[in-house]
Amino acid sequence: MLTWLGYFERFGQNFLRGAGVTLELTAVGLAIGFVLGLFLALARSYGPKWLQQVAGAYIAVFRGTPLLVQLFIIYYGLPEIGIAFSQNLAAYLALGLNSAAYQAEYLRGSINAIGSAQMQAGRSIGLSKWQTIFYVILPQALRLALPSWSNEPISLLKTTAIVFLIAVQDLMAEGKRAATATFDFVGVYLAVAVVYLVMVFVLDALLKFVERKTKIPGMDIETSR
Amino acid sequence: MDFGQFISYIASGTVYTVGVTLIALPSGLLIGTILALLYVYGGKAAARVMNLYSTVFRGIPPLVLLFILFFAVTRGINLSAFWAGSLSLGIVSSAYQMEIVRGALLSVSGDQLMAARAIGMSRLQSIRYVVLPQAVRLAIPPWSNEAAIVIKDSSLVYALGVPEILRRAQLIGASSQRYLLAYLSAAVIYFLLVFGTTRLLAVLEKKLTIPSNP
Amino acid sequence: MPEPILTIKNLTKKYGENVIFQHLDLTVNEGDTIVIIGPSGTGKSTLLRCINLLTRPDEGQIWLDDMEITAKDCDEDQVRQHIGMVFQNFLLFNHLTALGNVKLGLSKVKKMSDEAATEKAMHELARVGLADRADHYPGQLSGGQQQRVGIARALAMDPRIMLFDEPTSALDPELIGEVLEVMRQLALDGMTMLVVTHEMGFAREVADRIVFMEKGYIVEEGSPDEMFNHPKFPRTREFLWKITELYGKKETDTN
Repeated sequence: MLTWLGYFERFGQNFLRGAGVTLELTAVGLAIGFVLGLFLALARSYGPKWLQQVAGAYIAVFRGTPLLVQLFIIYYGLPEIGIAFSQNLAAYLALGLNSAAYQAEYLRGSINAIGSAQMQAGRSIGLSKWQTIFYVILPQALRLALPSWSNEPISLLKTTAIVFLIAVQDLMAEGKRAATATFDFVGVYLAVAVVYLVMVFVLDALLKFVERKTKIPGMDIETSR
Repeated sequence: MDFGQFISYIASGTVYTVGVTLIALPSGLLIGTILALLYVYGGKAAARVMNLYSTVFRGIPPLVLLFILFFAVTRGINLSAFWAGSLSLGIVSSAYQMEIVRGALLSVSGDQLMAARAIGMSRLQSIRYVVLPQAVRLAIPPWSNEAAIVIKDSSLVYALGVPEILRRAQLIGASSQRYLLAYLSAAVIYFLLVFGTTRLLAVLEKKLTIPSNP
Repeated sequence: MPEPILTIKNLTKKYGENVIFQHLDLTVNEGDTIVIIGPSGTGKSTLLRCINLLTRPDEGQIWLDDMEITAKDCDEDQVRQHIGMVFQNFLLFNHLTALGNVKLGLSKVKKMSDEAATEKAMHELARVGLADRADHYPGQLSGGQQQRVGIARALAMDPRIMLFDEPTSALDPELIGEVLEVMRQLALDGMTMLVVTHEMGFAREVADRIVFMEKGYIVEEGSPDEMFNHPKFPRTREFLWKITELYGKKETDTN
């Protein structure tokens, strides 16, 4: 036990540095995923037929294949056709493109829940279709999506762990280095797990707080896991 | 090497991918179901322990947990990477599957249990013949989602050296210097596996739907 | 002298500080139909649940025939077989057909063969007029039909006594009649019944005795004639007047 606690002292600096990279990966991936996800959700619900299909296919493909494979295609595959990224850029991109597919589904769910009634109400006072979307439907849909959407930052934070496989220097990479140095794989990875747990709990508490603050009284939908 | 050989080399990893999934998913379901039953019907102390299990295991990245379990298991017993990886992945999944089963158990209303007790069935009989059959149906859609996750997460055992689809794509990509084609091929195979599984479960769900008038 | 099937002595039920009913005495004789009436929240449903041991009373005893079912060493599951219960919200098993609902207790509790259970279940379904709906799921049946399956499910266990917990309260007005008709027929066949209901027409016509309960006490009990025509207590008169008025209004609403 004492040796185990010693890992935090011995590798604390490294773990913190890695955790910083992990949080950065989460934040950037989430941001890319949100912008692209919102676009996909709108395209899927309100776009022309062909765009709906493209958005649908995008979501199906990115949700239907492992993130690790997507990461390898971007980092190892794309340079063959002249598109090369640094490790970190490839990681941002893979996490963002992947997260977009999931975020699109959360947003689409709430856009559909707001439904055509609000669209009719908006159109009835003379707003255009896109005006109604931006001023009536989205403000409600975004707040409605929050409870289910708040799974995504945590889920993404956990998934970032795989990018150490292309040698991004995140928490997991620091863990691997420490594990190789001590040969105590179980102990070191347990320590790493504790750091991840702390980050997940803090993030969870933060999201719950935001959720409470932005809740519209009387507005709720059933959220699935 | 022609394209056929290239593809079939990667595709032969499917045996391992499917194998890992077929071990991880049912073992996770078994553990998850037992834990969920304890959670819901096992009293306060059991519920607290299960809640801790769920919170901790679902709070750790699957890859990290996989590594911990894998190294812990292989340190204790002499298991192949395939078996150790598969079982570890099953334990990772058990926490998620526990939540699925628990949710389903809780959405079968307590009144159903009471009605079963009222005709003289024991608690165990009531759970077995009245609550579980209804819970299973409710659990299929979220479980289908978890099945897809486990298929995709089976790619993580690549890091443990199991020669599954992704590993083989990497190997042949390296030897032929055609990474893009190799990983795209792997993606297509994974997609077909995930797609086929969720479609199959959708059919099962439809089959098991209890008829009712709109 | 008729034999008492159910004897309740000094029964008390509390939830924490909240007393549901207190020092309750009640006897139900073989073949009797007793109707319990009273305002909502006066512990009528809780009383039925206590009798079926779905909740435990805090004090007092209940005897079913000669057996004290509130005794510590009494096997609850054994007792419940002999006490049929019909719920306000039917509570059919949603995943089973009408036949499956009636059969389940027969095959799992009474351990009857599949064949014998089917035969018995079909007999009970015929008794409530639903033999032709045997293969329908609850979701495919009307509320009235569901409740009749609920009655058949309880009857199938050959209970000594049937408890009805507001069996028609959750039904649309036009479906109430078919359920009451089944209950009326049961009473005529000599089934012992304890019924909580607001259906005063049923109480007046079918009950051997009416029990008026309020705030956890039995205020008054007597024959329908005594209760409707010359009740002893002003509270009874007041309640009956109100409920008959309401019941009358409901009827005009539907016409």
